[in-house]
Parts: sequence; structure tokens; C-alpha cells
Amino acid sequence: MAEILVLAEHVDADVKKVTLELITLARRFGEASVVWTGAGAEEGQARLAEYGATRVYVAADSVYDDYVTNPAAELLAQLVKEKSPALVLVAGNAQGKEVAGRLAVKIDSGVLTDAVDLQPGADGPVAEQSVFGGATIVHSRVRRGTPIVAMRPNAVAPEPAAGDAAIEAVSLSADATGARITNRVVAERSDRPELSEASIVVSGGRGTGGAEGFGVIEQLADAMGAAVGASRAVTDAGWYPHQFQVGQTGKTVSPQLYMAIGISGAIQHRAGMQTSKTIIAVNKDPEAPIFELADFGVVGDLFKVVPQLLEEIGKRK
Amino acid sequence: MNIVVLVKQVPDTWAERKLKDADATLDRASVDGLINELDEYAIEEGLQIAEAQRAAGNEAEVTILTMGPEKAAESIRKALSMGADKAVHLLDDGLAGSDGLSTSYALAQVLGQIGFDLVIAGSESTDARMGVMAAMLAERLGVPQVSLANKVEIDGTAIRIRRASEDGYFEVESTLPAVVSVVEKTNEPRYPSFKGIMAAKKKPVQTMSLADAGIDPALVGLGGAATEVVDHTQRPPRQAGTVVKDEGDGGAKVAEFLAAQKFI
Repeated sequence: MAEILVLAEHVDADVKKVTLELITLARRFGEASVVWTGAGAEEGQARLAEYGATRVYVAADSVYDDYVTNPAAELLAQLVKEKSPALVLVAGNAQGKEVAGRLAVKIDSGVLTDAVDLQPGADGPVAEQSVFGGATIVHSRVRRGTPIVAMRPNAVAPEPAAGDAAIEAVSLSADATGARITNRVVAERSDRPELSEASIVVSGGRGTGGAEGFGVIEQLADAMGAAVGASRAVTDAGWYPHQFQVGQTGKTVSPQLYMAIGISGAIQHRAGMQTSKTIIAVNKDPEAPIFELADFGVVGDLFKVVPQLLEEIGKRK
Repeated sequence: MNIVVLVKQVPDTWAERKLKDADATLDRASVDGLINELDEYAIEEGLQIAEAQRAAGNEAEVTILTMGPEKAAESIRKALSMGADKAVHLLDDGLAGSDGLSTSYALAQVLGQIGFDLVIAGSESTDARMGVMAAMLAERLGVPQVSLANKVEIDGTAIRIRRASEDGYFEVESTLPAVVSVVEKTNEPRYPSFKGIMAAKKKPVQTMSLADAGIDPALVGLGGAATEVVDHTQRPPRQAGTVVKDEGDGGAKVAEFLAAQKFI
């Protein structure tokens, strides 16, 4: 059976959801071999087994935490040469894509990023990508080397399956360092899920009227167990930190549910959320383009609609 | 200090962008082209670093490097009018259809020829949105990758950045030469002044062909790409949903919808 390499993302022993998605996806193509860099593999192993990982290559060195991108890419390159996998899967976030890029150069193989689906094809895996702000659907494939695909988080639902997740220790045979990470600063660790991999995202726009008005977005997000997003108007005005911007030049999200509150839905915002499964919009302008995308929309004042919604959610809990 | 800023011309993100039916490459002719927005931060960063170097009594020069069709000269001109000193335009029909991997090969060949202490790129382009170029170039050039920066500091040959992470940032340090990429809001890109626009007309733009840069034609363009588009279609419009006017029960109606969909 073909072997598929999956680069794990984890915070210490906590396996990120996107990794479980990648393992689930890998099983469409063969045996999922997880590549785990850094510490925590023993504790994380059970979770990987639960989702059907066949084995786990563990490189427990600190070099992966100390240097930017290169050690992980070098390890994958080494494993591609040793194990001849049919496919390499990484998470399609900024860092995952950089690892994919370096790996592509190291092994002279094609790389596809931002895939929202991946299916077996006659000439290898075929990736579905949603480009130009979601306006065009492209199917593409790798025609040279070992296919490397960066999958957008939430592209597939994680499905449990039996697996051994047998641990096999590996180590780098070549020196791979580069730029050194000297410190990690966490801005504000909230209990909210990470924006790019959250199942529900509640985003606020210009309609919130200011940093104070944005509080209602956070309240709704917390009531829904959601991540908070913001439109560019909001981050440009400094009402909410820039790293939460959803859109063409910010983050691209693809959650099960996207709630656009006080967001008009300019093309550059839609570029970051158009592939969301279900979209809800609240805006006082009935002509706002966001309503063209919405599965359910309310034309009204968000400061009336959202508090009532919060009350209703409270009642149902 | 020899600073090279990578600038890509992309179709206006406000316009309707399409792939051509014939070869599934981007239709660049039918839409207005402009500088990739994220590259404007790269240009500004390059200019600020050069200004700081000159203020400290060091020589510094900012070169714009662009790969693209004839039309991309407009973007080069704008970058020069912002204050860059000169430009190199890699221009050859053989480049059309290159993917990320082959583009990084072509750019690395040019960078090898023109030399650099610092290469600065935007974190991604708004058309392809791969976000891989800085990583690929660092790998090809064998220099440190100092990417996704939202703050850059240079001290002699040391470079320190803040690398944007999912929940904050990493402090990263390295030495020059290096490849840097910057994210949005690293700085406030300047507008070209009238004087800058006039001066840009006299600044040197060197055009390079594949042969000039020592690029193997078999490794670039549609033929040299390691990936290919199988098919492409316009996304069908989303099925029109329900839009109601708030009559004092808007929040309750959203709750009903969410409950029916089992979100609450």
C-alpha cells in the first residue's frame, strides 16, 4: 500500500485539528505516516491512532523549534528519499506553505497550495483549488516528482479509524538550520479557537462602528464557541488587531459556519470567506453584496439583532 | 548595501479575474495590472532600510526585480517613482505559464547574476496566493529565510525580525545575505511624489531575457512547470438564501435558523 507523509502540527502534545483532517485525507490514498517534529509525540500518539495513522516518524530534536522552516523541510526531503511516499500533505497555513515550498525545491517536485479537496486521479492526486477570491474553481495536478499538497484547514471532516500509530524514531542526517527563532511571543492567548481552523467564525465589519462596538462580536463568538474575524475596514481603523483580518490580503477561512456582522461583503472580503459552508449576514443595508452569499440574512441594526440572538442562544443552552 | 525588492504585477483584485480557456493561464491582458499590494510593503521596507543605511554613512541601493510581460513595466515605473534606484525586468515569452517552482528558479538565476545583500518580497501575491516564494528563494540561494516579517531591524550584518505567527509572533534573527518577506501593515507605503514620478523616467531599467540570465528554457514556462491545471470552471453562484427584514424579531430568526442547522 502506498505510503503518504503527513506533517503534523501540534502545540506540545496537543494535535491540531488540521492534522486529523490530513490523516483522514491521506487514508484515501494509502497508509498515513505522520511526521512529528519536536516533543510530545508519546502523548499525542493515541490521538493519531484514533484517526487511523499507521505510523509516526518522530524527530524529537529541538532544532525544529529553534529554526525557521528549513529543518522540517529537510526532514521531509530525507523521508521522501528513504520511503518514496506517493504524496506529502501539509497544512495550508502560512508556515505549512513555506515548508511545502522549500521541500519542493529540495526534491524538485510540484507543489499545490490552498487545496479544498484532493481526489485520486489517473495521473496522480487531483487537487481542487478555489482561486481569485473563490470565483474560479481549478483542478490541478503535479506532473513532476512527489506531489506536495498544502490543504486548506476544514477541507475535509476528520473521521476516526483504527490505526497503530507505531512510533519510529528518525533524525536529520544533514545540517539544516538558517534563521534562528530566539523568542516566541503569544499576543493574547484566548480560549477561542484559532481563526484559520475554527469550525465557526464570527466576523465584524465597519457596522460595529468602533472598538467598543466590536465587543458584541466577541460576545457572539464566545456564545457560539467561535473564532473572531474582522473585515479590513476594522483592522485598518485599528478597532481590532490586524492578525484577525479575513480577506484577500488577510486570512482565508473555510468554516462550517461564517457569520458576517456589519460587513458589506466587498470582493476583497469575500475572497477570504467565500468557501464557507453556511453563511449568515446581518447588515442594515439591504443592497450589501454579502446578502448575495448569505444562506440566511437579516436586514437590520446589528446592535438590536445580535443582543437578541445572544439572548436566544442563552435560552437554548 | 545591495537591496533587491521583488515586485509582481497582478490583476486588480477589484476586477473580474479569469483563466484563459486555451492554456489555463491567467488572463493578464483583459484586466488592469497593478503592483501586488503586499509588494508595496516590501518596496517601502527596502526604501526605509536604504535610507537608514545612508544616514549611517553606508552606501545603499534599491533594485526592483520583476518577472512578467511587457505590461509589467508600468509596475516597475511606479516602484521607481516611489524611490527605488533602478530595476531589472526579466522579460521573455518563454516564461509564460511558469509555476511557483519554475518562477523561483528563474528569479534565483537573476539574483545570482545581479548579486544582493538583502532580498525583500511581499508575503504572497494576490493572484496566485501561494505564499512560497521567499522560502523557495532562500532554499535555492542557500541563504537564511527571514520571512513573514511585520517588523524588520538591521544592525550591521545582523537582521532581526518579528515573524507573524497564528497567535502572536516569533523573534527571529540571522545574518545577511538573507531573503525577507513582509506581511501587510509592516509599514505605511509612501505615495510617489511628483518629483519621484519625474525622476523615475530617467532611472535605468535593464531588460533580461532567458539567455541573458542563464535560464534553461526547458525549466520554465508551461513546459517547465511541475504542476498543471487539469480544468477550470467559474464557480456557480451560491443558491439564493433567505433574507428577512428585522421587525424586532431578527435575532430570534437567526437563532431559529441556527437551531434548524444544529449550530446551537
